[in-house]
Amino acid sequence: MSQLQITGVGRIFPGVRGGNAVTALQPTDLSIAKNDFITILGPSGCGKSTLLRIVAGLDKPTSGEVLLDGRKIDGPGPDRGVVFQSYTLFPWLTVADNIAFGLKEKGMPEGQRKDIVASYIEKVGLKGFENHFPKQLSGGMQQRTAIARALANDPEILLLDEPFGALDNQTRALMQELLLGIWERERKTVLFVTHDIEEAIFLASRVIVMSARPGRIKADLPVDLPHPRHYTMKTSVAFSDLKARLTEEIRAEAVLAAMDH
Amino acid sequence: MLRPLEPVGRGTRLVLGISFFIVFVAAWSFATFGGFVSKTFLANPLTMVQDGYLLLTKYGFLGDIGMTVWRVLGGFVLAALVAVPLGILMGAYKAVEAFFEPFVSFARYLPASAFVPLLILWAGIGETQKLLVIFIGSVFQIILMVAVAVAQTRRDLVEAAYTLGAKDRGVLARVLIPANAPEIAEILRLVLGWAWTYVIVAELIGSSSGIGHMIVDSQALLATGQIIFGIIIIGLIGLVSDFLFKALNRKLFAWRLA
Repeated sequence: MSQLQITGVGRIFPGVRGGNAVTALQPTDLSIAKNDFITILGPSGCGKSTLLRIVAGLDKPTSGEVLLDGRKIDGPGPDRGVVFQSYTLFPWLTVADNIAFGLKEKGMPEGQRKDIVASYIEKVGLKGFENHFPKQLSGGMQQRTAIARALANDPEILLLDEPFGALDNQTRALMQELLLGIWERERKTVLFVTHDIEEAIFLASRVIVMSARPGRIKADLPVDLPHPRHYTMKTSVAFSDLKARLTEEIRAEAVLAAMDH
Repeated sequence: MLRPLEPVGRGTRLVLGISFFIVFVAAWSFATFGGFVSKTFLANPLTMVQDGYLLLTKYGFLGDIGMTVWRVLGGFVLAALVAVPLGILMGAYKAVEAFFEPFVSFARYLPASAFVPLLILWAGIGETQKLLVIFIGSVFQIILMVAVAVAQTRRDLVEAAYTLGAKDRGVLARVLIPANAPEIAEILRLVLGWAWTYVIVAELIGSSSGIGHMIVDSQALLATGQIIFGIIIIGLIGLVSDFLFKALNRKLFAWRLA
């Protein structure tokens, strides 16, 4: 059953100061099933972030519409949790207060809030850091808090826009396992944007490959690797085959994108 | 060795900072005790200290200082009460900004001191007039600076709040205001410094108390020692209030420095 229905969604940015309009995203159709983990893979400038922002309601499509559980999306809301690439924790709130932000907005009583916050702090491994301010945390810890903040709100779908893009390789690998572990236990619908091929395969049950400007969907591959997944899987034959295939797909696009600039 | 942007130690910083005061007083002593300037126009440091002592013990100068401090704080607090909320609304809502911004930008350049004669006509020479001078001098500056600060709030934080379910009012109360609170406190600290200069101007004309009043009186008596003492007191109060403001900001907004 499809939970998120993207129909004919396109985005054209008007030209700045008489410049040409830029088509960031060609009209795109995509249907996402409940509890699926989808990664959108593409080179920079392929419109993958634009698509994610439209689903989040932070950007409006020039054409088409997005339906979540049959309801048309018109602006951001707590039913779609978002984790951004930039560090967007509220710097004046502690880790615990950041995670409680959405719950407080719902008007949830404090006792209940505390329980939920504590459980997510546990899940993302931040015990002992509840009262730290974001500035006192490493990049990986900040993104873990951001994931907890989005999940604590119990959204229908979790949207992640290259959330580990600014992290070093080792931290990034650990974060992938953490996120996957949470998904394997809680089974939320996840839409994850990345330009990292290995990341896209490791996390996903389905990889959507996007082409360079103007952005459109180029390939749609299921990833049939078994769960729970372990990092050692990244060296398996099945994984390598998928990686080789996606590398080819992406390479052609990256070359085009590079010529574009 | 001096190298660009190289930090200096705490001790060195303190010694250097105090050194300049010593150099300054030394130059002043040299000019006055050495007889290079007339005693009538510039008192020497010793006379200044004696005059100051007399002012404090005999002429009730502490009362003047109290008056001046009260006026600055009164006018400044009134200005802040009006300007901070208005500035926040202007920064948050573009229509409010479009309505007020042109006028406030214009009013900002109206010199507060030029209002003194007009305000005397309107409000007499009582306390209302003094407070109004400070108010006019501060209110437009605070409005504009707060509006600019709020308008520059990080967009991604606002977006994050929306995706967490915040509505417009929640974004205002839970993002725009706390995100800019340290900035607003800094603006208030800065403008408080300017308010000090307005109060003296207000007291120079039509006043019967305050540091500025004492300075005008002393001019008539050619008591340059008293004038200098008055000016130094203003500087010291400014320094202390600035220090207190900074300490308070550091305490309130620990998350910024953490």
